[in-house]
Formats: sequence, C-alpha cells, structure tokens
Amino acid sequence: MEWEAVIGLEIHAQLATKSKIFSGASTAYGAPPNTQACAVDLGLPGVLPVLNREAVRMAVKFGLATNAKINLRSVFARKNYFYPDLPKGYQISQYELPIVYDGWLDIDLEDGRTKRIGITRAHLEEDAGKSLHEDFEDMTGIDLNRAGTPLLEIVSEPDLRSPQEAVAYMKKLHALVRYLGICDGNMQEGSFRCDANVSVRRKGEHRFGTRTEIKNVNSFRFVERALRYEIERQIEVLESGGAVVQETRLYDAARDETRSMRTKEEANDYRYFPDPDLLPLVLDEAFVEEVRRSLPELPDAKRRRFMDEYGLPAYDAGVLTASRELADYYEAVAAACGEPKLAANWVMGEFSAYLNRDGLEVPGAPVPPEALGRLLTRIQDGTISGKIAKEVFEAMWDGEGDPDAIIERRGLKQITDTAAIEAMIREVMAANPKQVEQYRAGKEKLLGFFVGQVMKASKGKANPAEVNRLLKRLLQED
Amino acid sequence: MALGPSDVEKIAHLARLAIDPTDVETYARNLSDILAFVDQLESVDTRDVTPMAHPLDMTQRLREDVVTETDRREHFQAIAPAVDKGLYLVPRVIE
Repeated sequence: MEWEAVIGLEIHAQLATKSKIFSGASTAYGAPPNTQACAVDLGLPGVLPVLNREAVRMAVKFGLATNAKINLRSVFARKNYFYPDLPKGYQISQYELPIVYDGWLDIDLEDGRTKRIGITRAHLEEDAGKSLHEDFEDMTGIDLNRAGTPLLEIVSEPDLRSPQEAVAYMKKLHALVRYLGICDGNMQEGSFRCDANVSVRRKGEHRFGTRTEIKNVNSFRFVERALRYEIERQIEVLESGGAVVQETRLYDAARDETRSMRTKEEANDYRYFPDPDLLPLVLDEAFVEEVRRSLPELPDAKRRRFMDEYGLPAYDAGVLTASRELADYYEAVAAACGEPKLAANWVMGEFSAYLNRDGLEVPGAPVPPEALGRLLTRIQDGTISGKIAKEVFEAMWDGEGDPDAIIERRGLKQITDTAAIEAMIREVMAANPKQVEQYRAGKEKLLGFFVGQVMKASKGKANPAEVNRLLKRLLQED
Repeated sequence: MALGPSDVEKIAHLARLAIDPTDVETYARNLSDILAFVDQLESVDTRDVTPMAHPLDMTQRLREDVVTETDRREHFQAIAPAVDKGLYLVPRVIE
C-alpha cells in the first residue's frame, strides 16, 4: 500500500531589530543573563507595551516578498499559558487578524520542476525567555534576555509532501529572510526555528490523517531526519492497525527519533483574546508602498538575471544566488575579471571550498572579490595556468597579499618561451629513451606521461597548451 | 450556555487558581449567569456592525527601533525570591 505524507511548517524567524518588539531593551545575542530584560519584558505591574515600527516594517516586507496580502488593520492578542520563562503568563501574538496572510513561495524540486507552497499567514509575536535546567539542583534558572524579542511566525499550508520538499521550502524561506535583511538566519542561536506538522494518508485519499507536531527543530538536516522518522513511525502504527495520536513530539537528534512530550497540559487551550494594552495596528497604503520600494532584488529574480546576463547554467545561478552575500561577491568577481563563467567556477569551487573548510561566511573571507578577479585575469592573459592559480589562491587566502605580488615573489609566471620549453622536453626525452621508443612505435597514450614529466620539470609553470604542441612535434622528429 | 462543575475546575486549572471544592457550585452558577447575559447580547442583530477590537477609537502608535533601556538587573533582582549567577531561580520545571 502506498502512503503519502502531508506536511506543514511553522517557522519562527527572529526579526533583526535593535530593540524588542514592545520595549526599548536591546536584542543583542549573548549578553550576560537578564541584563537586557527591562520592566516591560519582565511583566512588572503597571508597564505598557509600545510596538516597534521596524518590526512592523519587516513583517510587511516579508508579506510583499511572498506575494501575500497585507492586513491594513491587524490586532494583537494574548495567548495564555503558564511557564516560568513567560513572565506575564501570556504571550502577545496575533490571532484572528494577522498582519500578513495568503501568500506563496515557489520551491525547486529535485526533478527540476517547481512547486508552489502556500503561506497561510505570518504574524508578529514576542519570544519567551530561556529556561536552564542543568546547572541547579531542584531549580530551574531563567534568563529573560530573549523575552520580548520580535518574531515573525510564518505558517505554511499543508502543501509539502516529503521531507525533501519541507527542507527545500525551509531553505528557500531562510535565504529569503536573509535577502530581505529581516532575520540573520542564525539557526544555532535560534534565530530561525521550525515546528513541523505531519500526517500520512493512503495515496489518492483526500482527507488528512491525524497529525503530530514536531517542536523546535533548528537545523535543515534535523528537520529532514525528524520528518523521515515520524512518517515511518506513523505508517508503522497505521499498518499494524493502530491509530496516530494527535500530540506534540520532540526530535532527539542523538537517537534520531521523535518522542511524545507527555506534558500535563496537552489540551492546547490558550484562551486567546484581544490584548487590551494594545490598540489595533492600522497601516496606510503609503506605508506599504514605501516598504515595497525598499525591497531588494529577490533570489528568484536574481537567479533569472544571472542566467540572462552572465549566461550561467541554472545550476550555477541557483548556487550563486543561495545567499545575497555570495551573489554580491560573485558579481564583484565577475566584474573585476570580465569572465562570468570562469568567475562562477572559482566562486563555487575554490572559494566555497575554503569557506567551508574554515567555517567562514562570505563577509569573513580573507580574499576580497577584486583580488580574486585580478587572479582570474592572470589566468585569462596566460600569465599563469589554472593549476598554478590554485596555489596563488591558497597564498592569498593565507594573507600573502595581492596575486601579482605572489606570482612575482614565488616566480610562478608561466613559461611560454618556446625555446625554454623545448629544452625541457629534450631533457625529459633524453631521460626516458625507452618511452620515446615506445611512443614512436605507436603507443601514443604515452603523450600524457611526457606532458606530466615536462610539467613536473617546469614545476607546473610551463604553458600546458604549448607543452602539448611542442611535445607532439619533437616526439615525431629525429 | 450553562457551565457545570467540571468546566469550572478546568478553567481554574488553566488559570492556575486554587479554589475551594465547596465553592465550585456557586462559581458554576455565577459564571453561567454571566454567559446568559452574553446570550442576551447575542440575540441582537449585528450583521452591519464592525467588530470592536478595542474600546478606544484610536490606533496603535509606533515607537522607533532604538535601544533606550539600560541594564537594571540588580535593581530588578532585589525583589526576586531566588537568584543565582544572574538568573532568576524557580522550582525545577522538568522531571
């Protein structure tokens, strides 16, 4: 029997404001505990929340970038539940009238097709604090620095049909919020986290099965694994005649399994009601238009432009536009060397490999794009070979400076002098008489051997095309 | 709509209110009476009335995104029952 998974994601993106959503406390990450929790964040009596304009602007920006509708009138509500890291006993969120609704995002599937994923809504809310259970006997430590940090909760339609699709959607959204500059996307620090709703049904069935919710997964890999595990689990339950229980589950990465949370208050009765401390948020068209004008070029548009303008294949354009930083870097390299395809190969190849190796992000790369551009120009004009360029690039990465200076200092300039290359070839031939014999007897495969020997003799500096040409001639002679 | 004793107990639990079991009947009756008032309001035809999200006929003012608060942790923690290493301490919440 064939089964089909139905997945919807709720993504919490922390908005990159300087101050909190309802107070003037800082949102900077990593401060000593409770030094950024003011009276409003602590929920002390008598305080009133005042909404951060920038958080509103960012939410609207997201809505416009996902083809969504903007509610010109939205309302804040209290979501009531008790937990020590939620000082007020309620979270200020949006319920009936969210600021953004009814949008969509196209994702790329593995077979090259695209699929449109609906975005039900995106609403503004405040984050809770952090509970630390490890360090104290019989006590829990509470750090409220994060309390009141603005979040945009982005709720997808149940349009995703596999863990791969879920990850593709999540990655697309991740790239988008970073392009928009509304979220730093740092998953380790919890700036971008995901809850996944998943159910299974028999293929062809239209009704949804009973779903479970997997809470707080904060890496792409874990989302895929958690979903894969949970889908398998539900299928097993159903095939053995059981029923899936609607519940919240936690993914345990160490054991690669999901487990029931078994909290006492399973019944999610949040008793939402409009927050009397906050008036309805009313926006005018002019505000929305102003935000629309501030939108940067979005990933899909940029990818199309890279294909049209630079003649890149779809794959390259996709890789290079995965983040705004990488795309900007690429464009600067391409402009500096005037060779878009060569620039693409190097940015996706050596450059990305070194970033990965050293765990760096594009802005922290030790090689500025103009310098890489100059290096590629030296391949273009025949000063060095592509192979030698890799050596120069490594030196640039290690802080040895400008490519021209490195080439000069290390004497890496390509040997194009015919006489010099001829001399080397003759030496190699003299040292390998047997192979020369064999080649002349028709074993032409040996050309590669000679090319290798000559390149070695020249320490890689001989112009490979020239070596080939001369070798063929000299081997035939005599 | 009338509330029974089990509804009262559930609401009290959700709101973390300790109530005397002997008062449950009274609360159930009082709360049911309040709901009866609401039922009475619901009999009015409100098809052409915009729902009111807030009694004040005003809209939300926004503040600029500026950090205005300084660290007053010591001041705030002076009134907390238990603190350690800058953290507020509460009875352990997970088993």
